[in-house]
Order: sequence, then structure tokens, then C-alpha cells
Amino acid sequence: MAKITFIAHNGTERPVEARNGMSVMEVAVNNSIPGIDADCGGACACATCHVYVDEAFLSKTGEQQEMEKSMLDFAENVRPNSRLSCQIKVTDALDGLRVTTPESQH
Amino acid sequence: MALGGIRNIVVAGAGQAAAQALQSLRSGGYDGRLSVVGDEAALPYQRPPLSKAYLKGEFEQDRLYFKPGAWYEDQKIDVVLGTTVTGINRARREVQLEHGGHLAYDVLILATGSRPRQLTLPGADLAGVYDLRTLADVGRLSPQMVPGRKMVIIGAGYIGLEAAAVARQMGLEVTVLEMAPRVLARVTSPVLSAFYEAEHRGHGVRILTGVQTARLNGANGQVTSVVLADGTELPADIVLSGIGILPNEELAKNAGIACSNGILVDRDGRTSDPQVFAAGDCASRPLVHYGRSGRLESVHNAIEQGKLVAAAILGLPRPAEDCPWFWSDQYDLKLQIAGLSQGYDTHVVRGDPATRRFAVFYLKNATLIAVDAVNSPPEFLASKKLIISGAKLAPDVLIDTSTPMKDIAAQAAA
Ligand SMILES: Cc1cc2nc3c(=O)[nH]c(=O)nc-3n(C[C@H](O)[C@H](O)[C@H](O)COP(=O)(O)OP(=O)(O)OC[C@H]3O[C@@H](n4cnc5c(N)ncnc54)[C@H](O)[C@@H]3O)c2cc1C
Ligand code: FES
Repeated sequence: MAKITFIAHNGTERPVEARNGMSVMEVAVNNSIPGIDADCGGACACATCHVYVDEAFLSKTGEQQEMEKSMLDFAENVRPNSRLSCQIKVTDALDGLRVTTPESQH
Repeated sequence: MALGGIRNIVVAGAGQAAAQALQSLRSGGYDGRLSVVGDEAALPYQRPPLSKAYLKGEFEQDRLYFKPGAWYEDQKIDVVLGTTVTGINRARREVQLEHGGHLAYDVLILATGSRPRQLTLPGADLAGVYDLRTLADVGRLSPQMVPGRKMVIIGAGYIGLEAAAVARQMGLEVTVLEMAPRVLARVTSPVLSAFYEAEHRGHGVRILTGVQTARLNGANGQVTSVVLADGTELPADIVLSGIGILPNEELAKNAGIACSNGILVDRDGRTSDPQVFAAGDCASRPLVHYGRSGRLESVHNAIEQGKLVAAAILGLPRPAEDCPWFWSDQYDLKLQIAGLSQGYDTHVVRGDPATRRFAVFYLKNATLIAVDAVNSPPEFLASKKLIISGAKLAPDVLIDTSTPMKDIAAQAAA
């Protein structure tokens, strides 16, 4: 289990409990976190689950695969801490993670 | 135009389009009665994993659901599962339910999806013959997918080929039968067909194209072989049928709503009855970027139409229609398709298929209309935008791999 706090682009914070093995995208969708569309349901095919990850946790969210990298390259407002949330698996190490959602996925 | 005084919306069918319409109606501010009736036992769930990770057993069932059960309670949505909507009385504005009873509506959304086309061969009703559309189908099929068993897949469309890849990876002996001269013949170009045939053969799948299936043989009610028109007999423990789908349009048709290979809808998803909408696989919609109408069978289409219908009902501005898109996972190959390639006059290949990373661009009158991108997200994502912009692109620009796709897109947009 990990506690993850989602921060909307307007600053509103929503802490939620996340189960290990789920993706951060699934946690967001199950908790109706706005700002994540996740059209492909986590297949790394749509690039509509873009988030910004707390810098302190970047190394704990796992290595970015080639696919994710090249998809993110086409997302809007990409930053060094951009990730596709469907590609981050929840583990105990993510306890306390803070994730900011963009204003829009398009 | 907003529909005034709507206090009661019923959604018939509980799949991808339904789930999206429910979410968009509530997030768009609708606070009246909202009911969804589905004939399957499960809450709305994603189908793509059924022929991919879920079939392989790499994905727990509760991860398939779009929303957990608590969400529906929270959103005050009446969910009626395991129940077929059997009729629509448009004069009284109510739908009839299978077990008797009816539900009144101010607005009805038909999100009934599609169903697998059934094999009509002798022996098609033997045990061991499966479809792949629902969780229940996987529930029957997956316990049979034991290493060493012989599986014959009839139909080399995306679902058949995805299942073939999974079955091979699980150690089954797999044969794919296709009537057309090549796999994926209905949906893509010979370049891509040849590539996927080679991939599957390389993984040990036997592919027979240009073959007619004559009948299925069985013993004690269980399928034992597939017999081709030329008499060839292929031993089979499992037969999977993947010969296409048919829209679930009968509910609409029987109620006198206009249908023609799908329930006919306008850009807002409205049918010939202004109080009735349709979305997803069951609907035939204007394809605004292609100047024609048609039925699409994809996640993106179901999501987009779910949103369009909700917006129209609530009187909100119509969301922009995006480029149609689709994906397919086979082995370690991710195919991403943007646009609709039907009617192309030119196609060019960017990259070398031998590297297992390439894209096929389809043009019509020098305009990009579609791309099949294999392990190539930049080609896919850039094309999605280029296609709806109607940009003119020269084939030699598209195939120049020394210029990144991003730059090609930027130049075309300039
Ligand atoms: C195995 C498989 C793999 C796929 N892979 C991909 C993919 O990789 N990418 C992609 O983009 N698309 C894929 N698709 C297609 C995609 O899943 C569909 O286009 C999408 O599910 C359509 O959504 P829908 O809501 O229109 O229909 P559905 O999701 O089929 O939902 C319709 C529901 O309505 C129910 N229903 C029908 N009639 C009635 C009635 N009279 N009363 C009550 N309920 C009724 C049906 O049983 C069903 O549960 C795949 C489909 C399958 C089957
Ligand atoms: S959900 Fe589609 S890429 Fe993450």
C-alpha cells in the first residue's frame, strides 16, 4: 500500500490509498481524479494519462521504457518530471508520492 | 439544441460507450435519474485485454472495470445487470426488460455494442468452439488453453491474431485459417499483412490463407478437427472463431428507428428519433474527416461517441471529433493505427520492417488519410494531427527517416 496525493492543476489536493501492483493511472481513475483520460486503459497506446511526478520520487517510479519516452515526446507541456501514469506501478516505495495532473490531456 | 426538462435517462447496454456516457453526463452536471441496463453479469469493463494480457492470465479481473461498484452508488446510477432490454415503446417512451417490467425515459441511449458473427458450419455447435467478445467467453476459453493443445483460429483479423500470439506464448499449437489471400485483408495493406504473417510464422503459428472451412468434426460432442473445403483435416482441441462482428441494432430496428449496418446517427449521436441516441459499435456515424458515414469498432470511437451524446443531451458545445484510432498488441509489437485507410491511392513505408519498427502511410489525392505504425509512436501521434488537418504531404518527405517525425509534422503544419 502507498498513500498517493493527486494535485489538480489548480492546486486542489486529493490523498488516496493505492494498492500495490496497480498503476498510478488506475488509482487515479478509480478515485475519479480529474485530468487523466487514460483512453486506452493502460496499454501505453494513447498518451492521455500524462502526469508530473514529484521530483523526489522520480527514481522510485521506475525506468521509462522506450515506448513511453517517445509517446511523451508528443504530449503537451512536457517537463523533465513528466510520466505516463499507466506505466508507473504502485509499490511501498511510492508511499507519500505526490502527482500533479495537467490541465488537459490534449 | 438542449433537450428541455430531461429528468430521466436510460442507457441500454453496459459497455465502453455506456460507461463513457454515464461519466460524461454526471461530470457535465446532469443530476436527474440515470439508469443503465446491461445483459452481461459484469459492470462495464474494457474488452481489449480479453485478447491480450487478460487472456494470458497476466491481469486480474477487477482491473478490467472502468469504475468500481462504489462509483455507481456514489453517482446515484441505477445499474441493472444480467438483464436484456427487449423492446422500445417510443410512443410511451419506455423500454421493456427481459424479466418483465419496464423503465420510462425522457432520453434513451442505445449502447448495445456488437456481437461476434456466428460460424454457420456443420459442427459449429460442438463443445470446444469459442467466440472472444466477453468476460464469460474468456471464462470458458482460458481454462482450455493448456500447453500442447491444438488450437485452430478461424479468421485472421486483429482479435484472431492477438489470440494466436497469446496462445503461442502459452505453448499451444496454433493454426490460423483465413479465407482471404492474406491476414488482416479487410483492414490493412499487403505490406502490413505480409509483416504480421512473417511474425506469426516466426513464432511457430501455422497460417493458411485463401482457405475455405467446410465443417468441424467432433467426437462425443467435443470438437476434434476442422475440415477445409479441399478435404484437409486439421486436428483441433480448441476452435476459436474470429470472423467479424455484427452491430446490435435490432432493438432500434424493431422500434422503427433507421438502421443500415448500424443505427444511423448524426454528429451528436442522435438517431431518427430525437429522444433516442446511439453510441459505440452499434452506431453508424458521420466520419467528419472522411466525408462519409460508417461504423467503427474501437475504444476511441466508443469514448468519443459517449462524450458527443452526453454533450448533446446536456446542451453543451459539441466536443471536437478527433482522428479515429486503434491499437493492437501482438508479441512485443505495438501497432497503432490512426485514421481510416479505405480508399487510399498511394502508400509508402517509412523505416524498414526488418527492424520491427516502421510505419505505413496511406494517402489519397496527396493527403494523408491513415497510418499503421509498428513500434513507432512518433509516426502514430504526429499522423493523428496531420490527418485531421488535411495536410498535403509528399511521399518522399514521409519516408525520409533522417528527418524526425516531429519536424515533418511541424513543417506540414507551417
Ligand atoms: C477481444 C477484443 C479486443 C479488442 N481490442 C481492441 C483494441 O485493442 N483497441 C481498440 O480500440 N478496440 C478494441 N476492441 C474493440 C472495443 O472493445 C469495442 O469497440 C468497444 O468495446 C465498443 O464499445 P461499446 O460500448 O459500443 O460495446 P460493448 O463494449 O460491446 O458494450 C455493449 C454492451 O451492451 C450489451 N447489450 C447488447 N444488447 C443489449 C440489450 N438489448 N440489453 C442489454 N444489454 C445489451 C452487450 O452485451 C455489451 O455488454 C476489442 C474488442 C474485443 C472483443
Ligand atoms: S492510459 Fe493510454 S497511454 Fe497510459
